[in-house]
Amino acid sequence: MNFETTIGLEVHVELKTNSKIFSPSPVKYGVEANANTNVIDWGYPGTLPTVNKQVIANGITAALALHADISRHPHFDRKNYFYPDNPKGYQVTENDIPAARNGWIEVKTANGTKKIGIEEMHVEEDAGKNTHGKTYSYVDLNRQGTPLIEIVSKAEMSSPQEAYDYLEGLRQRIQFTGISDVKMEEGSMRVDCNISIRPVGSDKLGQKVELKNLNSFNYVRKALAYEEVRQAQVLMSGGTIGAETRRYDELNGKTYLMRVKEGKDDYRYFPEPDLPSLDISEEWINELREALPEMPESRRKRYVEDMGLTEYDAMVLTQTKEMSDFFDKLIELGSDPKMASNYLQGDVNAYLNDKQVDLADTKITPEALATMIKMIMDKTISTKMAKKVFKAITDGKNPKQFVEEKGLVQLSDPAKLQPIIDEVLAANPQSIEDFNNGKDRAIGFLVGQIMKKTQGKANPSVVNKILMESLNK
Amino acid sequence: MNYFDTDLESLHNQLVSGELTSEELTKQTIEKIKEQNESVQAYLTINDKAIEQAKAIDEAGIDPDSIFSGIPVALKDNLVTKEMKTTAASKMLENFTSIFDATVVEKLKAAGAVFVGKTNMDEFAMGSSTENSAFATTRNPWNLDTVPGGSSGGSAATVSAGQVLASLGSDTGGSIRQPAAFTGVVGMKPTYGRVSRWGLIAFGSSFDQIGPFTRNVKDNAHLLNVIAGHDEHDATSSLKEVPDFAEGIDQGVKGLKIALPKEFLGDGVKPEIKEAIQKAAETYKSLGATVEEVSLPNTKYGVMAYYVLASSEASSNLERFDGIRYGFRAPEVKNLEDLYVKTRSEGFGDEVKRRIMIGTFSLSAGSFDKYFKQAAKVRTKIINDFQKVFKDYDLIMTPTATSTAFKIGEESSDPMEMYLNDALTIPVNLAGLPGMSLPAGFSNGLPIGLQLIGRPFDEKTIYRAGYAFEQNTDFHKQTPAL
Repeated sequence: MNFETTIGLEVHVELKTNSKIFSPSPVKYGVEANANTNVIDWGYPGTLPTVNKQVIANGITAALALHADISRHPHFDRKNYFYPDNPKGYQVTENDIPAARNGWIEVKTANGTKKIGIEEMHVEEDAGKNTHGKTYSYVDLNRQGTPLIEIVSKAEMSSPQEAYDYLEGLRQRIQFTGISDVKMEEGSMRVDCNISIRPVGSDKLGQKVELKNLNSFNYVRKALAYEEVRQAQVLMSGGTIGAETRRYDELNGKTYLMRVKEGKDDYRYFPEPDLPSLDISEEWINELREALPEMPESRRKRYVEDMGLTEYDAMVLTQTKEMSDFFDKLIELGSDPKMASNYLQGDVNAYLNDKQVDLADTKITPEALATMIKMIMDKTISTKMAKKVFKAITDGKNPKQFVEEKGLVQLSDPAKLQPIIDEVLAANPQSIEDFNNGKDRAIGFLVGQIMKKTQGKANPSVVNKILMESLNK
Repeated sequence: MNYFDTDLESLHNQLVSGELTSEELTKQTIEKIKEQNESVQAYLTINDKAIEQAKAIDEAGIDPDSIFSGIPVALKDNLVTKEMKTTAASKMLENFTSIFDATVVEKLKAAGAVFVGKTNMDEFAMGSSTENSAFATTRNPWNLDTVPGGSSGGSAATVSAGQVLASLGSDTGGSIRQPAAFTGVVGMKPTYGRVSRWGLIAFGSSFDQIGPFTRNVKDNAHLLNVIAGHDEHDATSSLKEVPDFAEGIDQGVKGLKIALPKEFLGDGVKPEIKEAIQKAAETYKSLGATVEEVSLPNTKYGVMAYYVLASSEASSNLERFDGIRYGFRAPEVKNLEDLYVKTRSEGFGDEVKRRIMIGTFSLSAGSFDKYFKQAAKVRTKIINDFQKVFKDYDLIMTPTATSTAFKIGEESSDPMEMYLNDALTIPVNLAGLPGMSLPAGFSNGLPIGLQLIGRPFDEKTIYRAGYAFEQNTDFHKQTPAL
């Protein structure tokens, strides 16, 4: 029997704001446990939440990037459950009227572009973190109250690869809005999956299973692929799929039962009485719409159609907004698109990978790189010299100054090169003879000698041209 | 010292002139509280440092522009304070001291008030008799065998007994007005949003308001002047400008249109109460106001809607008392669930557990639509009822309670009977309106309260009408024989 797969994803994205969603505590990582907390975060008696307007603005920005309908009067609800990392005994989220509904993004898949729907988007608070010692458990409330958006997709993905493509598309769009770092490895993006399979042609969806503990897009894809096969095997052997939550084990690539869902969880949602409904004005939405950065698809289109880059180049350049902004700046400063693209994908990316840093955290500036590219374009320096110049740029040096100081300016003037070439030819009669006897290798030797004499500054193409002319005389 | 024969303005003048010091006043106040705390038991905590603090205020100089400068004031024990424990009369918070002061506490402190102690209440403000306190049973100064009402019974009793001139309570379904009626004092529940709830231990967040108890109407207006106003810590606190509530209080009621809703004088209300309210209506007429019967047809569903909505909010508000971060934690627990179950079973009293169960049930998947949603609809209907009446009338007058103070133990066995006690005050909370109770008669030596209900944020008209009534009656001049 053949099965078809249905996948829906719930993605939590941590918003980059200075303070928490309902308290003035800072949002910051890598500090001592509970250092970034106050009475509100502790669920202390007598405390009340107040809404951080920046969080609402970021939520609207996300909704705009997801083409979603924005609620004009959203209100917060309480989701009640007991857990030590949930200090009030309820999470403040949006249940009844989410921040936005009915969005979509366009995703590049193996079968072309596909529109994947977004059911709704909630703005909510994150919980704290429990860690378990031998005899005690510890509660750290630093993360408590960190603003989140939850993006619930429609169940419109039909393969693990499509789920992967959707996540990548979603990550890029959110990343380009600047409201989040969207990094799985840092927890600023978290993914839960729902997957079901059904016989091809069946009009009823199969029982869905929830997958958790997915720490990278790759694991999402692998876990879904494993689950597709597992579910098919269960059904083929006459079994039934249970309503359950399963955990993915990265080490052996399998999913394991976490808990069986008995009925629906009852979180006893009700309107948060401490916060009046929000009033979101058309003007505010328009303001945020105008401030919305250009999205990756539009940039890719520009790169391919206006600048003649390949689809692949355009894709690599739009991995992050920083990279794409950097590229646009290079072009604005007069760099050749192909050369700018090559440098970003080559030397710059290699450097970032090597140092494991983001572009923004380096000393590389578009101005410096554009200057270097210009020097290559007008043959002031060779591509070989450029390697040294790039190294200097990563150290924060001014490329022009560096080239002058180190005397790296390329020798392209034939009048200056001719005497050097003559000198080398005079010193190597054997090579001339070899050349005349048809041994082309002699050229390489002669060019090497010329380069040596000029400490590598000679422009290879000019040298080649003059050398050939001299030899053929 | 007793406060029977004086008022805020006179005391203030004495303090300013130096005739009296805050230290002396506070010393006498504390002495009397201590002397009577065995019989009345209004306090859970008496402030050891009050006299010292009063002395410091004397030394700094009584502020002639702040009427509360150097004046002793009592606080209900659900208003968090840094200098005294805040227990909400619950074992759950038996040894809890907050690290911050409630906004109203900060404001009173800034005004120079001296806090003499924290008053007894029904646990987490749930109750109408103050019998649900985990620590003490407060008695009605008019008859020590009867309850002072609740939940702010301690704050009402201490003013009624003449121990202080003013105190703060909180009112979710009548918890200021009903005890004010039972103890023969003035108690105002301001409009929802008028006073910041920051630092008030939440019961029903969409109902809770902090308000003043005093011996007379004008003092009450003075105290509301201090505590009212927007607070950036409370998103539900109103940005509306706060008028001077005492200014123009003596302008009389001539031409005022007062509504008397027939549903509030039904069979459930004792005849002597009805009689007192009819007399009050006559008084108002004689002063030039018109009093006409109106109908608030949906208010009869108020009690049911209230117990669903307020209990739902309470069930959620009390989830934070889990034994993890502060307050009581049950000893010898096996695991996390055991910790929750034991802590909450041992830490909460019966009435609190009852409300948690009502609320949890009302919010549960199968019953949310049938209970919570229905109750929310009733709330809207009641709001509409009031709005309709306020199109034609400036004020609504009703009895505050269906009876006078009942005997201790008399109703504590029957929760339904206890809940119906608040039938006349609850609709006001459902609609978020301001309401005040003031003395309007006696029956068998126990006070009867008149409730005046105003338009949203129109506490001023209530005070004006209350003041006019007071000037023309002498109920407030009578004092309990303790």
